[in-house]
Amino acid sequence: MNPTVPLYRAAHGRTGDKGDRSNISVIAWHPLLWPLLVEQVTEAAVARQFAHRRPTRVMRHLLPTLHAMNFVLDGVLDGGVNDSLNLDSHGKALSFLLLDLPIQVPATLAVHLISPTTT
Amino acid sequence: MTPPPPSLLRVACAAGFSGDRTDAASPLVDTLIAAGGPAVLIFETLAERTLALAQLARRADGATGYEPLLDELLRPVLARCLASGIRIVSNFGAANPLGAARRILALARELGLRPPRVAVVEGDDLSGPDQRALLGGADTGLKLVSANAYLGAEAIADALRDAADIVVCGRVADPSLTLGPALAHFGWARDDWDRLARATMAGHLLECGAQVSGGYYADPGYKDVPGLARLGYPLAEIDADGHCTITKPAGSGGRIDAHTVKEQLLYEVHDPQAYLTPDVTADISTAQVTELGPDRVRLTGVRGHPRPATLKVNLCHETGWLAEGEISYAGARAEARARLAADVLRERLQGLGPLRADLIGVASVWGDDAGRWLAAQPLGDARDVRLRVALAHPERASAQRLVHEVTALYTCGPAGGGGVRTALRPRLGTVSCSVPRAQVPAWHHIVEDTQP
Repeated sequence: MNPTVPLYRAAHGRTGDKGDRSNISVIAWHPLLWPLLVEQVTEAAVARQFAHRRPTRVMRHLLPTLHAMNFVLDGVLDGGVNDSLNLDSHGKALSFLLLDLPIQVPATLAVHLISPTTT
Repeated sequence: MTPPPPSLLRVACAAGFSGDRTDAASPLVDTLIAAGGPAVLIFETLAERTLALAQLARRADGATGYEPLLDELLRPVLARCLASGIRIVSNFGAANPLGAARRILALARELGLRPPRVAVVEGDDLSGPDQRALLGGADTGLKLVSANAYLGAEAIADALRDAADIVVCGRVADPSLTLGPALAHFGWARDDWDRLARATMAGHLLECGAQVSGGYYADPGYKDVPGLARLGYPLAEIDADGHCTITKPAGSGGRIDAHTVKEQLLYEVHDPQAYLTPDVTADISTAQVTELGPDRVRLTGVRGHPRPATLKVNLCHETGWLAEGEISYAGARAEARARLAADVLRERLQGLGPLRADLIGVASVWGDDAGRWLAAQPLGDARDVRLRVALAHPERASAQRLVHEVTALYTCGPAGGGGVRTALRPRLGTVSCSVPRAQVPAWHHIVEDTQP
C-alpha cells in the first residue's frame, strides 16, 4: 500500500461562492501528480469529505490543460452568504477542508509532492 | 493598404471589492505611464450585497449611494490619469452613478485639474415602479431594497468611443469593466465570441484585484508570497486577439506565476465550458497558462460561444435581523465551560429558531448551521476557546434577546467567561431572476460640470 498524504501536499485550491453553491478548485503542484488526483479526488470522495454540509450534488469538472479540476458543491452553504449563520458565510475556508483529504501517493511520485520549506 | 495592427491595450485593476486597499492605484498608474500606449485603470468595487447597502445609504441621504471610498481611490491618481490619457472605468457608481460622477467633477475642481469628461452608464437599476414589471414576479412579497441587472460591456465601450475620460457604472458584470475598453480599442465585432471570451477572462483575472498577484494565496512554508503587506495589483496586456499577459508593477510585493493565475482563473467558475457573462459564454476548458518570466504569465486557449439571451438580475430585500454574541474561556476545562455556555443559551433562547454555536479554536467555520459538525467533535481539552452564537429572526426584539442572554453570561454563565462582544444588524437577502436582454437597454450620457 502506498503512503498516505494530505491532498495539500499534491495540490492547492481556492473556494468561490455564488448563492448556496460553492466551487473549489484543485490544482496539481506538478503535472505528473494530475492522474493521481483524477483517480482519487473523485466526486464521491469529496461528497464524503463534506458529508456534514449535506451537499445536494457534487460535480467535478476536469481541466487537463491546467492540470486542475473544479468541484461544484450545491447546497453546502446553509442557504448562502445572506442566509447562513456561519461566521464564514461565503465558505471561504472550505478549500482547506478539501485539501485535508487523504490521498495515496506511490514512492515514485513522492518527489513531486511539496513539503514545508525550512527557510 | 491594410492599417497597422492595433497596439496592446493595458488594463490595470486597482480594487477588487468595496473595502479593498486604497493605495494600489498609484504604482499601477506609474507602470502604465512608463509603458506608454493605450491604458485603462479599473476599480471593481461592487459585490452582491454592496449595491443594496449603497441603496440603503442613498435612501438615507440622496447625495450618497456610491462607493464611500471614491475620494481615497481617485485622489492619488486623478491628475496623472488625466494628464497621461489613462481612462478610468469602474462600477463605483453603485446605487448612484450620477452622484459619483458629480463628486468626481468636484474632486477635479478641488485638485485644480481640467474638468474630466465623465460618462455615466445607465439601465441596470430595475427597482423603479416602471421596471419592476420586468422582474416577472420575482419581487412578490419581498421588502425590496434593490434590483439590478448585470449589464455588459457595450455601453462602456460606447462611452469610451464618446471620448469619456472616466466611465462610471452601477451594476455591470465584473469582467465587462475590462471587455468594454478592449471592445472600444480593438473594434471587435459583437459576435467575435473567441476574442470577446479571451478579454472577458482577462477581466476575470483582474476583477478581484490582488487575488491573482499573490493575495489570498499565501500559506507559509507551502505557498510563500514575498511582500504580502505591499502587494502589487495586477495589470493585463491584452493583444488584438484578446490573449493577455498578466503582470504587476516592478518592485511591488506579491507573486504572479502559473499557480496564482490558475487559482484565480477558476475562482467562482462553475462549468469551465460555460462561464456566463452578459457579453459572451466563455470556455476555459482548453485554457493554458504559460510563465513568460518573473511575475509574467500568459493566458491562451480561451474560446467563446454566443452570449446568453437573458441578463441576470439580482434582487436584494430586507429579511429581518441577525444577532451574534461571543464570549471567551481560557485555562483548565475552557472547552467544557464554553460548551456549557452554549447549552445554557440554547435553553434560554428556545423557540426563537435555530441557534448556531461555534467554538472558535475548536470547531467553527467548517461547521454547519445545524451543528452536526460540532456535535461530532468529541469534548477536547482546548485551553483557549471563544464561544460564538448567532441567530436570525424577522423581529428585532426577538433577535435582541440573544444579545441580552450572551451579555448575562457574565454573571449567570460558567466560570471565568470574559470578553463579551455582541452585534445586532439588519439582514439582506438576495434572489436572482433572468430578464430578456432586449427589455433592459443600457446607455451612457456625459455629465456636465454645472459648477462655475
